[in-house]
Amino acid sequence: MKQFMIFVKKEFKHVFRDSKTLLMLFGLPIVQIVLFGFALSNEIKSADVLICDHANNNYSHEIIHKISASKSFEVKRVTTDHSEIEEAFKQGSAKIAIVIPSDIEDQIFHSTHGSLQVISDASDPNTASTLTSYISNIIMDYKQTLNAGNSPPMQVVPEIRMLYNPTLKGATNFVPGVISLVLLLVCVLMTSVSIVKEKESGSMEILLVSPMNPFTVIISKAVPYFFLSLINLTVILIMSVVLLDMPLNGSIFLLYFESSILILCALSLGLLISNSTDSQQAAMLISLMGMLIPTMLLTGFLFPLENMPLPLQYFANILPSKWYFIIVKSIMIKGLGISAIYKETLILIGMTVLLLFISIRKFKIRLS
Amino acid sequence: MNSEHAIITDQLTKSFGSFTAVDHISFEVKRGEIFGFLGANGAGKTTAMRMLCGLSKPTSGSATIAGFDIYKDTEKIKTKIGYMSQKFSLYEDLTVKENIRFFGGIYGLSNKALKLQTNKLIDTLGLESQSGKLVASLPLGWKQKLAFSVAVIHEPSIVFLDEPTGGVDPITRRQFWDLIYEAAQRGITIFVTTHYMDEAEYCDRVSMMVDGKIAALDSPEKLKLKYNVESMDDVFYHLARAAKRGE
Amino acid sequence: MRTLKFLLVKEFKQIFRNKSLLPMIFMMPIIQLLVLPLAADFEIKNINISIVDHDRSEYSNDLINAVTSSGYFQLVSFGDSYQAAMNEIELDASDLILEIPSHFEQNLIKDGAQQVFIAVNAINGTKAGLGASYLNSIIQNFNQNIMVDAIASGNAAPLKNIEVVSLNWFNPNMNYKIFMVPAILVLLVTMVGAYMCSLNIVKEKEVGTIEQINVTPIKKHLYILGKMIPFLVIGIFIFTIGFFVVARLVYQIVPLGNLFLLYGYLFLFLVALLGFGLLISTYSQTQQQAMSIAFFFMMVFILMSGLFTPIESMPEWAKYIAYSNPVTYFIEVMRMVVLKGSMLKNITNHIYVMIGFAIFFNTWAVMNYRKTS
Repeated sequence: MKQFMIFVKKEFKHVFRDSKTLLMLFGLPIVQIVLFGFALSNEIKSADVLICDHANNNYSHEIIHKISASKSFEVKRVTTDHSEIEEAFKQGSAKIAIVIPSDIEDQIFHSTHGSLQVISDASDPNTASTLTSYISNIIMDYKQTLNAGNSPPMQVVPEIRMLYNPTLKGATNFVPGVISLVLLLVCVLMTSVSIVKEKESGSMEILLVSPMNPFTVIISKAVPYFFLSLINLTVILIMSVVLLDMPLNGSIFLLYFESSILILCALSLGLLISNSTDSQQAAMLISLMGMLIPTMLLTGFLFPLENMPLPLQYFANILPSKWYFIIVKSIMIKGLGISAIYKETLILIGMTVLLLFISIRKFKIRLS
Repeated sequence: MNSEHAIITDQLTKSFGSFTAVDHISFEVKRGEIFGFLGANGAGKTTAMRMLCGLSKPTSGSATIAGFDIYKDTEKIKTKIGYMSQKFSLYEDLTVKENIRFFGGIYGLSNKALKLQTNKLIDTLGLESQSGKLVASLPLGWKQKLAFSVAVIHEPSIVFLDEPTGGVDPITRRQFWDLIYEAAQRGITIFVTTHYMDEAEYCDRVSMMVDGKIAALDSPEKLKLKYNVESMDDVFYHLARAAKRGE
Repeated sequence: MRTLKFLLVKEFKQIFRNKSLLPMIFMMPIIQLLVLPLAADFEIKNINISIVDHDRSEYSNDLINAVTSSGYFQLVSFGDSYQAAMNEIELDASDLILEIPSHFEQNLIKDGAQQVFIAVNAINGTKAGLGASYLNSIIQNFNQNIMVDAIASGNAAPLKNIEVVSLNWFNPNMNYKIFMVPAILVLLVTMVGAYMCSLNIVKEKEVGTIEQINVTPIKKHLYILGKMIPFLVIGIFIFTIGFFVVARLVYQIVPLGNLFLLYGYLFLFLVALLGFGLLISTYSQTQQQAMSIAFFFMMVFILMSGLFTPIESMPEWAKYIAYSNPVTYFIEVMRMVVLKGSMLKNITNHIYVMIGFAIFFNTWAVMNYRKTS
């Protein structure tokens, strides 16, 4: 036990003396939280609109006024030249255009079909459909004011409640994803590189010929990263609650417990990678290309999993982060208990045991 | 004076912060001379040599290499010198022939000269059967000989060798020194650092560096006489013992 | 010029001999270009709905039919327990709940207005917003139909109406992949360029061969050119394969704009990017350091480029970062030229900015690259 503590101390010293590693460990998560929390969202604010007003009367002015009053839009230009639309799209100076016909007044009173044309730059289909639906809502509103006093005999009124995330912030979805990404990155990348580094420099040999049990050597390498990851988790949690107003509805104890399982799982994976390679570069490539990119894409926080083709969805099942992401969402945001996530927990534990088993076997083979 | 001396240094100094690695050294190396640059580990040999090659800027002092000023004419100096570092530094993932062609090429050898030199070099080194193999697959001794030949491929006036025979067996070392003598006979000045005192005996003159300063400089015979000892080993021991910087 | 030839021959030989690098250069981009657009699909489809109907009347049936036949939603459960529906939300099996209260029909006829409750799982804000707005418009339509019936039967005065007709230019099928593929191609070129270029130079530092180069009379700018040209060629090669093989054959993307314009911009971008790679290499001593630095910047470049989330949605300070990022400009140009057929005059600003980046990074890198220490 005393020997073990000496080793753990040595590993902590390695980590704290390498400023570039520390930057990776703590700088990257903080930058990611800030970017994901504040900079990245799909919510559209002040999209540029081009209005082609052929009517130029009270009604068209009223419509233009309604649109420019919305915080989703900014009226860039009002024109009568239809050809400006294509030019504006090509230039990127407008995302959507509205064409108000000259007979708008006539249409309002007598028409049963199409009068207001909404043309969107659908090269970005998501923005296009969101903007189109915003415009429709504005027009719907305007229609209601036009018809004020002539209310229908009966009317269904929807009452909408946004559960968990009333202001529709992007961070609510991103933060649990970033936590899983960071824990994986730190554990897999750092442990595998640090073990392979000892192999490369030859100090592993010295440790292995020492009277220490080789497993103690390996475990002592993992212990600092286990604690560093828990610190990292704490930093991220504090940042997201304080800065991003993220809820923490469930049990913190349960969250740390589940996180510990993920960390163990990632550490075993790092161990496995380090046992399979001999150079830092290879370890890094496998960890970054093989682990990080699939994790980022297929965890479900950046892109909805259910949209992906089936083979990718199946593939996502073997990523520990997918299950952890579900767990974090359930605990932090939905405030659920263990009964709701026992399945995911069992899967994570199963993965950890399997990975640990394989890497220990591989390690034994190398020793003999 | 310029025509007679290949290297002249005057109070040449290099400090890293408060640490003075090379401390006001002044010496001259004659044209065509084999000059041994000795010293214990950490005495400042490599730093001094890197300054002379233009790899590192001196803190103060002056030096002329092949008649060119070490501050103003570093790029001109580089056309006149060859360099072989402690670390093997040819490209391991190129073949023997490709390395020769590459270095010859960037020193501006004409195509005809390149072809001639390549064949001559491979012939002298006895590498005919290996010429198409990657350098990585050669044994260390061959690599060192190849590195030396590449360092003098453009017939420089001076070649700097930084511990060229480290880790090489005695027979290969002999062969290596044959190559050095050959080059010296062609008029190339040789500036070599080494830890092997038997190699020091091969030099025309040697200098001993202790703690960044030159403690002695003369021919091996005269040095042995001066300190009244049998071998260069003893000269080295006598001088290096006074060192305050350890490894 | 002759020196440059020797440098280039050497670089290409080394690159083609590196068995672990080659697959990275040629296979990875193709695989990624095949897989990434499939994964990176933001298109909101398959919104799952649970309906709780406490009324089971003719009107509630009509409303439910309107919802399920709209094509926007997939009905995952139907019943009369809100708790059961809530469980589905908790398990992520359902995205929103439509709850129709009891006496819905009765109150509707008696009071002229009746509420229905919609609960949306808003963890994914985008999906929630869109789902709610679809459901809202279905209900509005439902109301309108009631009104039309009322007008027809003389129970109400004719309504003033504005109908919205929407057109989607450049991508009428609203195919999200068409939007993503050109941008992902930029991402790949960026990764290969910045990583490989910086790692390549640092490797020479680590192995020590750079010393041997530094004692030769080789000119600094020639050496740098010798390092950049191969990666420039590789960048253009990867782009071409990705563009003409993967994008064209697999995703049927045919560029609307001018190819020369595209390649001209690619060239400018690569010069700027390789300058950046060079800059990283001048600041790092080991490959591990170069990799960490490159990874850090790559992360920021990718996230802040408008690749996944629109730049318009960013707060002001983040927009400054996005517009100090060369990747942003190339992605914009790709999307503009390929998808919309933008012309030279539409992207002159982008061109000036990229020339600026190229000069900035390369000058800095060359000034910082030293043959002597």
